[in-house]
Amino acid sequence: MTAIASPAEVPVQRRPRPVVVEFMRQQPLGAASFVVIVAMMFAGIFAEWVAPYDPLNIDFAGILAPPSWEHLTGTDAFGRDTFSRIIYGARTALIIGFCSSLIGSTLGLLLGASCAYFGGRVDMIIQRFVDIMLAFPIIVLALVVVAVLGKWQVLGIDVNLIFAIAIPIVPNVTRIVRAAALSVRAMPYIDAARAAGYSHARIIGRHMLPNLMAPYLIMLTAYIAQAILLEASLSFLGLGVAEPTPAWGLMLSGNASDFFAEAPWMALFPGIAISLAVFAFSLFGDALRDWLDPKFKT
Amino acid sequence: MIRKGTMALAVTAALAFAGGAVAQTPKKGGSLTFAISAETPHYDCHGSDTYATLHFAAPFYSTLLQFDLPKYPAIKGDLAQSWTTAPDQMSYTFKLHPNVKFASGEPLTSADVKATYDRLRAPPQGVVSTRVATFADIGAIETPDPLTVVFKMKAANAAMLAHFASPWNCIYSAKDLAADANSPKVKINGTGPFIFNEHVKGSHVSGKRNPNYFKPGLPYLDEWKGVFMLQAAAMLNALQGGQVLAEFRSLAPPERDRMVQAMGDKIRIEESSWTLNLLVTFNTERKPFDDVRVRQALVMAIDRWGGSQGLARNSTLRHVGGVIRPGSPLATPEAELVKLPGFSKDIRKSREDARKLLREAGVPDLKFVLHNRTIPQPYTPAGIFLVDQWRQIGVTVENKQLETAPYLAGLNSGNFDVAVDFSNLFMDDSSLGLTKYLSLGKSAENRSRSVDAELDSLYERHMRETDVAKRKQLIQAFEKRLFTQAYQQPLLWWHRIVASHKVVMGWEMSPSHNLGQDLAQVWLNQ
Repeated sequence: MTAIASPAEVPVQRRPRPVVVEFMRQQPLGAASFVVIVAMMFAGIFAEWVAPYDPLNIDFAGILAPPSWEHLTGTDAFGRDTFSRIIYGARTALIIGFCSSLIGSTLGLLLGASCAYFGGRVDMIIQRFVDIMLAFPIIVLALVVVAVLGKWQVLGIDVNLIFAIAIPIVPNVTRIVRAAALSVRAMPYIDAARAAGYSHARIIGRHMLPNLMAPYLIMLTAYIAQAILLEASLSFLGLGVAEPTPAWGLMLSGNASDFFAEAPWMALFPGIAISLAVFAFSLFGDALRDWLDPKFKT
Repeated sequence: MIRKGTMALAVTAALAFAGGAVAQTPKKGGSLTFAISAETPHYDCHGSDTYATLHFAAPFYSTLLQFDLPKYPAIKGDLAQSWTTAPDQMSYTFKLHPNVKFASGEPLTSADVKATYDRLRAPPQGVVSTRVATFADIGAIETPDPLTVVFKMKAANAAMLAHFASPWNCIYSAKDLAADANSPKVKINGTGPFIFNEHVKGSHVSGKRNPNYFKPGLPYLDEWKGVFMLQAAAMLNALQGGQVLAEFRSLAPPERDRMVQAMGDKIRIEESSWTLNLLVTFNTERKPFDDVRVRQALVMAIDRWGGSQGLARNSTLRHVGGVIRPGSPLATPEAELVKLPGFSKDIRKSREDARKLLREAGVPDLKFVLHNRTIPQPYTPAGIFLVDQWRQIGVTVENKQLETAPYLAGLNSGNFDVAVDFSNLFMDDSSLGLTKYLSLGKSAENRSRSVDAELDSLYERHMRETDVAKRKQLIQAFEKRLFTQAYQQPLLWWHRIVASHKVVMGWEMSPSHNLGQDLAQVWLNQ
């Protein structure tokens, strides 16, 4: 006769914590930065409701007003509320940052996976091209691309600027994804798929790419920070978005430097916004890497 | 307050210093490096109206006459050793300096002057001259001997001598023009104080002393270099650091304050009102800007009076005016100006009327791209201001700023909806100021592409009118017609602020940044 264990004797199966809670417990800094990112996204998406003033609204009577309850971060040389411009600037930073990183990382993913899968001459050609691209500092490469492509503004956002920022991201992602893809390529199920006669596109798309999602997502997040910084740098140099579009880098240039002694808030607060955003995305990218990559799990 | 006081002192001291410099003996030699905030799209003075061409090319060329800047608007000879005007003003005879040579070594003769002025007044097919209207009164040009040139007029023109002093009338070689009428666009061969050395695109242009220059003892400099600095911040840093010693166009008021604060008595600041204004120009060949109601609505939405107060603090824009420089003798007084469309001081009512006009025209939610230039001062503040003004009548505008070459190409080919254009005058004469607004076939500078026989007729009548009061009335009638049709309208007139290191001597300030750029008299006190 088989004894039936009483419920009290069954080992207690602890219910797994929700992913978000587990992430917060293991990566508190990552969670904090995620909160900043969400706040930034919220501000950018709902800028019309969050910003106290229209960011384009000129008020010559209120030129260079210092921070006050009326204007939390002061006004600029046109009397525009800088807090509202920072909030709207989050939209510009996120659109350019996210789109650039998405385009750059996705192209890098496809190229990296293709290099690993095909190997041989394809790998050699792409990797030498990547070597050439990597020889240029990211800002220099972006400057060259902006100079070559010129400007193509759609709704105040320079589409060519997005490509200019995306292109320098491609070689970095290609190199990292290729390394990860080489180990995936060596898996038996890839050989099995080839033996089954599947097409190259199907093997890469359905069997390799899903296994490369972890490094891809980490790169995507990390390069958003880079892209935001690059956008701010190019705008500061006059090669990014155009006035009067609110953009953090643009807010740092032009009149901000002219009036730095008289109105330091014009440069200070956009500078803080850039630092905070870059810091948040970088930390979140690191936390995501630690969270997703088994090598970093202890 | 303290800064303003310091500023005033610095400016006064600078002017006193500059005045004192007249007594000093110029020193020969040295190399002047200065900044140019735009790069010319080509080298041809005749087909250009941007200072970028003159700051680049003026040192390589001579003109018949030139303005005597310390006595502005008096004129003096350049290539012309002497000249006479017929009592009825129907002919002008110029005697040229002997032994003048082009950089190529060819001697200059009256044939070169004739070829140049023929090109200016009646350019051959494929050549652009923006001075056709200016010289329309010239009937024939005769060259009785190699050093004499006679201009026979079709009609008397009181401003003609001043036009002969225009810095845009660079004298070209007849031989070069015969070989290729467009050669001055890409090749420099002049008789100026300097010989072209090199042009590195995106970097600089340089010239070296012309050893065969016809004015004895000139130029003082051995060489000069104009560095293209499109970014104001870079230019200011270079000026502060001494990498460039001057920028001859203008700084904005906050930039001036920064320079004075940073450099103290090492910098010289000179200020003047400016014969230059920014315009809002509508492409009348494109819908809906072919509709006068739309154009009127857009000019009526602009608060020029409020804008002049605010923009004067952060840009070179300052004065409200019509087509003639405010404050000059023929300018329309403020009391008359406020009656014209777009100049009302009751901006609230003006904007209500503007909204109504847009509704009537069927475009209450108008959207368009503003064709603008990348030069920060004053194009960027103007763009920011206009976008805000038009937003207030429900119009959505994208400010598209382009480099000088594509900006001008777009303006000249009519590839724009609405543009920030400029009227770049070198003197206050009304015949010059009004030319820009003549019908398209008569004025290459008319970027609105409008054709208006009434404006052309008023211009003609004003040109022939010798009574100053009546001439003024005709100018006001011209403005009334122009602003009612709103093809193009002055936004604000500029204020000029030039900064140079005090070692730069001999350069003269004037109300135009087109004048005095041949650098012949400039020397370095070091």
